[in-house]
Amino acid sequence: MTRVLPSGSTALLVELDDLDAVLALYAALAEQPPDGVVDIVPAARTVLLVTDPSRTSLSAVADAVGRTTPRPDARTGGDVVELPVRYDGEDLAELARLLDLTPEELVRRHTGTEWTVAFGGFAPGFGYLTQPGGQWDVPRRATPRTKVPPGSVALAGEFSGVYPRESPGGWQLIGRTDVAVFDLDRDPPALLRPGVRVRFVEAEPR
Amino acid sequence: MTREFTVVAAGPLTTVQDGGRPGQAALGIGRSGACDRAVYRQANRLVGNPEDLAALEVTYGGLVLRAEADLLVVTTGARCAGPFPHAAPTPLRRGAQLRLGPPGTGLRTYLAVRGGIDVLPVLGSRATDVLSGLGPAVVADGDVLPVGPPVDPMPGVDVAPVPEIPGGEVTVTVLPGPRADWFGDAGWAALTGQAWTVTNESNRVGLRLDGAPLERVRDGELPSEGMVRGALQVPPSGLPVLFLADHPVTGGYPVIGYVADEPLRSDVDRCGQLRPGQTLRFRPAPS
Repeated sequence: MTRVLPSGSTALLVELDDLDAVLALYAALAEQPPDGVVDIVPAARTVLLVTDPSRTSLSAVADAVGRTTPRPDARTGGDVVELPVRYDGEDLAELARLLDLTPEELVRRHTGTEWTVAFGGFAPGFGYLTQPGGQWDVPRRATPRTKVPPGSVALAGEFSGVYPRESPGGWQLIGRTDVAVFDLDRDPPALLRPGVRVRFVEAEPR
Repeated sequence: MTREFTVVAAGPLTTVQDGGRPGQAALGIGRSGACDRAVYRQANRLVGNPEDLAALEVTYGGLVLRAEADLLVVTTGARCAGPFPHAAPTPLRRGAQLRLGPPGTGLRTYLAVRGGIDVLPVLGSRATDVLSGLGPAVVADGDVLPVGPPVDPMPGVDVAPVPEIPGGEVTVTVLPGPRADWFGDAGWAALTGQAWTVTNESNRVGLRLDGAPLERVRDGELPSEGMVRGALQVPPSGLPVLFLADHPVTGGYPVIGYVADEPLRSDVDRCGQLRPGQTLRFRPAPS
């Protein structure tokens, strides 16, 4: 079910049942943005459409969303990025114990299934990655770290992510990649854009 | 003779701002840009610039610049103390200094120069985003700020008639947000029925408000969702944060309402001029 919620004079928030519905609607809207829409922001259960009020009206945008057919292949249609990871994160052993896995099994689960960038946020270039079927349920660290190094590969809730730069963070760190996921000298600067598929590969045996 | 300013003193907070970085929010890149957009655009028009050239956003005055060439300058927004005329395009001769004292009312003054501030753009904009760190660094003492070549013809305005920015209590229009139902009718009545005080933890990210906390009528976590400026986000403290230009792209606390942001008369722009200690009331939009 799709609900359109008011978000002030310039935006509409479309609420959907689950993340797959978000991916499907976002993929369709991003491919063919309604006239006068300047930003489309997917999130866990919603897609925000920010308009330029001099070019369109909120009701016209709501109509355009209603006419949009979600893309059912949103998880399989995007570009593929391969990220080599050294699985030596500080939280790997403890998290594996918490999930009743060996560290090797945790790594196999992380590398074994393709991830999809569902949405961004938190910091420029940070992507919230999900696997189909929602096989992860990872608690955040009780005490967030004040400094997480750039390139850290982490898990929290149903998501995996790569820290684009040094920042505070409460996710569980399982490894590190040397690939810069956000680089101002690259076009586009963000590697992990919504819809992009990600394959993590183990960089070297531990 | 290079067209540039030398920053003799940057004041409490001076940043370069323009129209920001729309269209990149899905990558976690917020729009940023001038907090008071209407007044920023007006400054550019007064010196014959395209409306979206970069200007300086001066917070609570204190800026001292030296012109290293003959330049044409204007200030709009908060009227700063001192001899420099306000809202009147004024030539600044090479070697002359411009000093902005503290404003009597309002918080943010826009200083536009004919040709625009010509620092290197980052992702299509010269705006400093204090939350993400994108864009040029905050202006510091001793900086050299390049100025671009003039483009458009001059509009031929001596002094623009501009309203003074109000001190004291300000009332703005509020529309229901996507999660107004998390606070019920009583929450809406509490939001719109009291005078909120702007605290000194406020910045370009948002105004932090103090008052009688808003109570939720339902529990639970909200999955993060997209936001735009003007959002009144309510963290567990019950004290709303009114998001301004450098707000996060997504947030995980419910948004009870949105301050009206009509392009020609934006109440969010007016909120960008509030200083700590001022009070703010929310009037529901006529339905």
